[in-house]
Amino acid sequence: MIPLLLAFFLFLIGLYGTAVKRNLIKIAIGLSIMEYATFLILALIGYREGGKPPIMVKGIQEKTLVDPLPQALVLTAIVIGLATTALLLSIAVRIYHKYGTFDVNEIRKLKG
Amino acid sequence: MKELLPLFVAIPLGLAFLMPVFGRISRFLPDVLGNVATLALAVLSCMAINSPTIVYKVGGWEPVKGAVIGIYMVLDGLTVVMLLIVNIVGFLVCLYSVEYMRRYTDKARFYTLFLLMMTGMNGVIITGDLFNVFVFLEISAIASYALVAFGTESEELEAAFKYQVMGSVASGFILVALSVFYWLTGTLNMADGGKALVEQGQSVGALFACGLFLMGFALKGAIMPFHAWLPDAHPSAPAPISAMLSGVFIKATGIYVLCRVLFNVFGLSLTTSHVLMTLGALSMIAGVFLAIGQWDMKRLFAYHSISQMGYVVMGVGIGTPLGILGGLFHLMNHSTFKSLLFLNSGAVDYSTDNRDLQKMGGLNQRMPVTGATSLVASMSIAGIPPFNGFWSKLIIILAAVEAGHYSLAGLAVLGSIMTLASFLKVQKYAFFGRLSPVWEKVKEAPALMCVSMVLLAVLCVGMGLLLLPGVKEGLLDKAVAVLTDGRKYANVVLGK
Amino acid sequence: MRGMTTIVKTVTRGMAGIIFLYGVYVVLHGHLTPGGGFGGGVAIGAAFVLHILANGSREAETDARKSRSALVESFGTFGFWVLAIVGLISGTVYFYNFVSKGTLFRLLSAGFLPLANIVIGAEVAGAIVVVFITLASLEIGGEK
Repeated sequence: MIPLLLAFFLFLIGLYGTAVKRNLIKIAIGLSIMEYATFLILALIGYREGGKPPIMVKGIQEKTLVDPLPQALVLTAIVIGLATTALLLSIAVRIYHKYGTFDVNEIRKLKG
Repeated sequence: MKELLPLFVAIPLGLAFLMPVFGRISRFLPDVLGNVATLALAVLSCMAINSPTIVYKVGGWEPVKGAVIGIYMVLDGLTVVMLLIVNIVGFLVCLYSVEYMRRYTDKARFYTLFLLMMTGMNGVIITGDLFNVFVFLEISAIASYALVAFGTESEELEAAFKYQVMGSVASGFILVALSVFYWLTGTLNMADGGKALVEQGQSVGALFACGLFLMGFALKGAIMPFHAWLPDAHPSAPAPISAMLSGVFIKATGIYVLCRVLFNVFGLSLTTSHVLMTLGALSMIAGVFLAIGQWDMKRLFAYHSISQMGYVVMGVGIGTPLGILGGLFHLMNHSTFKSLLFLNSGAVDYSTDNRDLQKMGGLNQRMPVTGATSLVASMSIAGIPPFNGFWSKLIIILAAVEAGHYSLAGLAVLGSIMTLASFLKVQKYAFFGRLSPVWEKVKEAPALMCVSMVLLAVLCVGMGLLLLPGVKEGLLDKAVAVLTDGRKYANVVLGK
Repeated sequence: MRGMTTIVKTVTRGMAGIIFLYGVYVVLHGHLTPGGGFGGGVAIGAAFVLHILANGSREAETDARKSRSALVESFGTFGFWVLAIVGLISGTVYFYNFVSKGTLFRLLSAGFLPLANIVIGAEVAGAIVVVFITLASLEIGGEK
């Protein structure tokens, strides 16, 4: 239970970074921290007491294995996170070319 | 129909990656193939109309000892309605973008992203497994972030950044809610999980997961107070993409999944119903009040999207069969008239290079087709009989009165009056009035763009016919039935 | 982008090939050991990125490399789609496991999983190289 609460606390830290920070790159980093915290929560949920890694090795019969399904979900989600971060950073670099600054308060052409 | 179900995902996915290769072979091949693909999808969704409930197990994995281990694809009444909206509007927008996207470079990449967005939306609609919803949601969301930034002007990049950050936060919430759901029920399948939640009863974990899902999908569907990305993102995109985003994307990835999760998996409780009604009423009123003061045409339409989504959520939140009928019917109608409005603004932008209402005037004399279809769409959204908007708004107001929520009915009528006022403003400033000499040389939009606009206008006029007694059972009643006895979804899916 | 010092270049000449082979090993044994397409693909892509970083963009011919990697990536994605469609066309289900599942723990077992791992590995490696070259050639002062 304690690791799950700590991972959720990491998620809240990432959320704080995304909401409060002013630099575009810091917002992107906050978003990444938030995503990695969700992966941690997902992987921790698969834990079973006294479980071994969920791999079948020739000749050894295991009784309790850790749940392998959340691990597969995390692999998929990591790749999705990679694509999102790559797109976000490309947009951020292009914004720097157009506006000359990374500060969110100065990038305000759209109003209303 | 059972064997054709994966084609909704397979066709656009396969063609999407070959588009740059086709673009190098010939200049017209991406256009032709993209339109053929979306036409095929539209025809497939029409074929699905009268089919019984189908459950398709991907990979052929049958349940082992009662535990579901495969990914299911489910086709029931609600799915058919959403597939019709997404694919038909998608085909018409694809037809429109053949001409409109000539102004932008690299049309082949546009078709790649557009087909990926269609893949994602179709996948979200037909799947029956919660993590699959997340994966397809992310596919279409990433495609839409790139499409909003397609023109790479400074405003578009800024809007795309804000949109992407808020969309990723929503996806983070959804993933955390998904993990709590898996922890409680031990399965990812929606039907199986719903059954397990019924057996466990109310618990803090279920409430937490339900709340997080609500926040995540409300952010994707632009319900207040999570609406802040919509007025920046939708106007900055190219016009066909704005039509897709406002017309089908916020519905398929926001409202539809919200309804599916809240009604079929968690079950509608009194608290959830009250929360949905409050959020819906808030979006409705605040959206309209913020919209009236706008002078930019597309921004005004974007604020109205927020308000109309408020109508849908309020109607669905009332919970009675009449309310759900009104909400779902308004969802269908809104796709047609909102995409038509955005396509009109795109035609105006294409011919006059201008979006500011104060500078336009008298365009009806120069662009008759655009003006006529815009008049049809404005009357639909304002709720004037006999166009389709009138019928759906009437059903929502009647449902509110029948359930005893007189204040909500009053707010709905107020919202309707303000919508009528703002669209009278758009019509007066843009189309009627004196033609200012700046626009003497303006021509009508090209032929393919007019064809798609006229077809959407025909749909706007004709969708009221869906309420006729014979036709209603075939389409709308089946969709309403899926949501009203929500918990029975599990028995239907697992029984097959 | 400029290259690095001679020590780094000499060490990279030996290490890049070993990292590439390790990535191929992880991809091929995806159904027996942890890893599979994604992790192995990242290792293969990292070998190429190491080569580009150490030798500088002119010697590593980044422009030609980018279009070749994009081609590899597209073929990877398309190959995965073909594997999924084969089941649909031949009358069985979408994503049907049509290769025979051999004996347990051998390299050629578990149906079409090794094939899927290979195409995913190719796709992820191509994607990482393309993303790296695109982001690295957007210099801060202006585009190259």
